[in-house]
Amino acid sequence: MKKLVMTEEEKMLADMARGFLDGAAPVSRFREMRDAGHTYDKALWQEMADMGWAGVLVPEDAGGSDMGFAATNIIARELGKTLAVSPFLSTAVIAATALRQVSDKRAKDALSRIALGQVTYALAVDEGVKFDPDATAMEARADGNGFRLNGKKQFVVDGALADRLLVLARTENGLTVFDIPAERAGIERVASNMIDARDAARITFQNVEATGEDVLGAVDHAMKVLKPALQAGQAALAAEMAGLTSGAFGMTVDYLKERKQFGVEIGRFQALQHRAAHLWCEIEVTASAILNAGRMLDHDPENAELAVSLAKARATDTAKLAVMEGVQMHGGIGMTDAYDMGFYMKRARVGAEWLGDYSYHAEKVAAARGF
Amino acid sequence: MTVNTPEEFRAELRDWLEMNCPGEMRDGGLGEDSICWGGKDWVFTSNAQKVWLERCAAKGYTVPTWPVEYGGAGLDRTREKVFHEEMSAINARSPLQSFGIWMLGPALLHFGSHEQKLHYLPPIARGEVRWCQGYSEPGAGSDLANVQTRGEDKGDHWLVNGQKIWTSYADKADWIFALVRTDRNAPKHKGISFLLCDMDQTGVETRPIKMISGISPFCETFFTDAKIPKHQIVGEENRGWDVAKYLLTHEREMISGGGAGLSGGGRALGAVLSDTMETLDATTRADAMRCEIDALAIGLTLERYKDQSEAGQGAGDASAMLKYTGTELNKQRHELMMSAGGSDALEWDGPLGNRAGDWLRTKANSIEGGTSEVMLSIVSRRVLGLPA
Repeated sequence: MKKLVMTEEEKMLADMARGFLDGAAPVSRFREMRDAGHTYDKALWQEMADMGWAGVLVPEDAGGSDMGFAATNIIARELGKTLAVSPFLSTAVIAATALRQVSDKRAKDALSRIALGQVTYALAVDEGVKFDPDATAMEARADGNGFRLNGKKQFVVDGALADRLLVLARTENGLTVFDIPAERAGIERVASNMIDARDAARITFQNVEATGEDVLGAVDHAMKVLKPALQAGQAALAAEMAGLTSGAFGMTVDYLKERKQFGVEIGRFQALQHRAAHLWCEIEVTASAILNAGRMLDHDPENAELAVSLAKARATDTAKLAVMEGVQMHGGIGMTDAYDMGFYMKRARVGAEWLGDYSYHAEKVAAARGF
Repeated sequence: MTVNTPEEFRAELRDWLEMNCPGEMRDGGLGEDSICWGGKDWVFTSNAQKVWLERCAAKGYTVPTWPVEYGGAGLDRTREKVFHEEMSAINARSPLQSFGIWMLGPALLHFGSHEQKLHYLPPIARGEVRWCQGYSEPGAGSDLANVQTRGEDKGDHWLVNGQKIWTSYADKADWIFALVRTDRNAPKHKGISFLLCDMDQTGVETRPIKMISGISPFCETFFTDAKIPKHQIVGEENRGWDVAKYLLTHEREMISGGGAGLSGGGRALGAVLSDTMETLDATTRADAMRCEIDALAIGLTLERYKDQSEAGQGAGDASAMLKYTGTELNKQRHELMMSAGGSDALEWDGPLGNRAGDWLRTKANSIEGGTSEVMLSIVSRRVLGLPA
């Protein structure tokens, strides 16, 4: 097992990513996009692809940089710090990991196109208000040599911008993942007006045709391709949330040192010092869980479930605390739209729900720990 | 030390343990009664306990990471992990525990002279000398640097007078390492020396303090014209605060490790609770799940800081975080165990043994070795750089 210390190579990757994002995607860039009503910056994604980020989990023989999950988490964390908008998680992490579980030419071609930044994906799983893949009701009925998809999905992250969809649907003896173009006849996408000003969609499938070619992996065995993809996505999302936590916390500590009331910096007040210190302790503890999840996915993926759920649960909780304290310690200004703290709070709330909330992952931990 | 791969080491160790660990010592050793503290007056609870200590000491396994010449086995971090894994695989008791191992040892290894190390460390490793810690005083709790126990320079020795409090197991210890004010005119952090004192002299007396848990692990220790020879100083004169701080770092990591449930076999909380509760009610279960998540993450944080420390980055002030999170967690864990035990947990030595005593004992975790509030102040000032 590799050690729970960032290697020199990993530190360089983090520095490099930070340098790039501070120039190309600071929070002010996110604000511009939000104000303009844009949820996707194609040029930025192309730049990320050129740096190897789109292909971070794509094998080298398919044109990827194949850096592994720990490196993926490092990039996700840096994206989170300044709320950089990109289809990194849905395309480079989730879709690429799903496609990697399949060894045919079609999957390899798709991976190549992901690495080049030529195609984006969204994962359509949720049907109710909570993440629960096992409860999928959407039907893919056998029809001749193929299938007919009928049903509704919601909270499909990047679902409005994506070129293709990975759709989880119920087949005769289980669940199946379909990899289909988002524009196929019978698919209706409605962009959701999300609190975090990012892309998500409600999607209706009406008698959508799918062939055997469109099945990713084997019919009735969705989890063989989906489980690794979900774990990769959950770990990277946890890392992104750790990044946004760190961004919000940095702003807060700076503010404690600058803001004066009663003639002194408010950071002199022990009531605030101890709360800030407590938050830092929580952040440190969560960082360990995330580092561990990356190591487990890279070195022992078969047994990574506990590590991933632990990371997502902790990241969710810590992000919530960081943004709540962030707003509270900023006082009134933290409540204004002109100030960035609110962006962090909204992204933390969306991240909390995506790919399983605290309770969902706590149950996974409980199952693994004999409750 | 023979150079073998970690896996070769594991195989050899496994064989050795199989041959040498007595059956009675393979019960996990939970609870105060199972601990072997060693010392001049130690009475072994069984022959197996004695044999187990002697065999481990001969191999350096009471202090596996200490250098061989000082009584250890010279294991690096990887092999140390293997050692603990194999020990817990057979549920082996720790052969010896002591403040000499946890606190004085690390401080001596860092600040002691070669002669001091050769003189003091091997008897600790063999369990022959039992140490206690003379830090707190009635007027120096959280404000530890305010110690008033004074040492008067008498040429070849210091004449020591004063009172220490919360000296754990001082009534059973042979020697005490103490913070003594040797310069009363210097600023409070700069007039303290770290002295080693033989307690077998008329000038040193101890008195146990009965605690809410019903037992008396803590004592008051009185120095009345006690003599401490000059060579029994660790580090430089009046620079004892450096040693004290270094040692506190180890103490904090140790206390925190107990909190994460890693030292005592690390049983999952779900299993611990279901021993006494057939089905956990929804509220207790939710609390326990959160506690378990935090325990796992804090356990990983301890691992991470150990790995960092081996890579040359000491925890430093961040050890305050380990101490704070670990001890607060341990208190929660014991609250849950009491709740799961219901009325069975309300009797002294009742159906659940000493569960209530253990629960009450944990309340000291967030006080001893620096309170949670002191830990948070260390983080806010030294890590976050908030103004004092």
